[in-house]
Amino acid sequence: MEWTDEGILLSVRRHGETATVVSLLTHAHGRHAGLVRGGAGKALRGLLQPGNRLKAAWKARLAEHLGSFTCEPADAFGTAWLHDPLRLAGIAAACALAEATLPEREPHPTAYEGLVGLLASFEEADWPALYVRWELGLLGELGFGLDLSRCAATGTVEDLAFVSPRSGRAVSLAAGQPYREKLLVLPGFLTGKAADPGEVVAGLALTGYFLDRHVLGPQGKRLPGARSRLVERLKP
Amino acid sequence: MAGAEIERLIQLLSRLPGLGPRSARRAALHLLKRREALLDPLAEALVDAAAKVRTCSVCGNFDSSDPCAVCADPGRDRTVICVVEDVSGLWAMERSGVYRGRYHVLGGVLSALDGVGPDDLNVERLVARARSAEVTEVILATGVTVDGQTTAHYVADRLAECGVSVSGLAQGVPMGGELDFLDDGTIGAALRARRPV
Repeated sequence: MEWTDEGILLSVRRHGETATVVSLLTHAHGRHAGLVRGGAGKALRGLLQPGNRLKAAWKARLAEHLGSFTCEPADAFGTAWLHDPLRLAGIAAACALAEATLPEREPHPTAYEGLVGLLASFEEADWPALYVRWELGLLGELGFGLDLSRCAATGTVEDLAFVSPRSGRAVSLAAGQPYREKLLVLPGFLTGKAADPGEVVAGLALTGYFLDRHVLGPQGKRLPGARSRLVERLKP
Repeated sequence: MAGAEIERLIQLLSRLPGLGPRSARRAALHLLKRREALLDPLAEALVDAAAKVRTCSVCGNFDSSDPCAVCADPGRDRTVICVVEDVSGLWAMERSGVYRGRYHVLGGVLSALDGVGPDDLNVERLVARARSAEVTEVILATGVTVDGQTTAHYVADRLAECGVSVSGLAQGVPMGGELDFLDDGTIGAALRARRPV
């Protein structure tokens, strides 16, 4: 078995003295683990950092084996932001979340392209809003997409202000007012309005609720600590 | 093939870093052949280390005294604390012979994969030390990895209210380094940290 693909490095774990087991989110092969010989050595340590995009060749005798990767650099998305606490927290959160949520060896090209787009967007000032959109996209990719297009109660597309925690559908301000204590806040930037930095945390609370309830909770997992640290950093 | 004692020795040796079952077998045989010159002194040294070596209650270093020799040394600069991930980092700094301050061993880095959170690290003790009047600077010498720098930023945040200056080790081209062999991240860091010549 042998293939080559592009992938974003999600996690690295040391294996023995010199090798590492890495997990990549690849374009055509999904989240895939493999051994990197010499991965703990000087030459590869800088390359094998979460968030970096790699050109990877995977090889194994049988498809079900762990196999081994040989990696070459493509884009240093991860190591480019080591000096910036907020962006670094964003990269760590995105990689940890993709690692925790995406099934292994199941192709998710949309998730891969979404993550590449997110990592490339860290150059921009409004990347936190894009991060929330990426988590919404991830929910959709995993089959738990939210319907934020119209009000679940009235059908209106105006003044959408809440999300039902049960159905994941938007609710308008008027229809949701009597139940506002039970509904989740829908930040305006997710319905096409201009992004307000203060609303990003509300957006993360929204996606975090559904990720926890539908994706991680049933597997006995919790939202990664890296994501919680990102939320803490984004709080005004 | 070998007695139970020898098998146990081989099994324990094979759990040491850098030794597999085959090399552990060779090491055990080597020790048994040189009983007086190697095996007995090694056994004594191991018993001694197990009985006497403690974790320093101040910085987290390993030593036979508590506080450790570094913390107890009156010749050390008491105004500076260098924060390292592990004792191996402390030993590396000491090997360089350049740094004359004191240390603080965190005991790891924040890691989403291994489930290491802030409560698992020796941060509270560092904050308490940094609050003392004599400390003026904390140098963060965690690894230049995503986890290492995430930890450094977290520690820097925690130290913000302690009234000490917080610095990090420089990143860039290593001694004897050539640009052609450097990765993009290192070149980027070196460019950001450029200085007048």
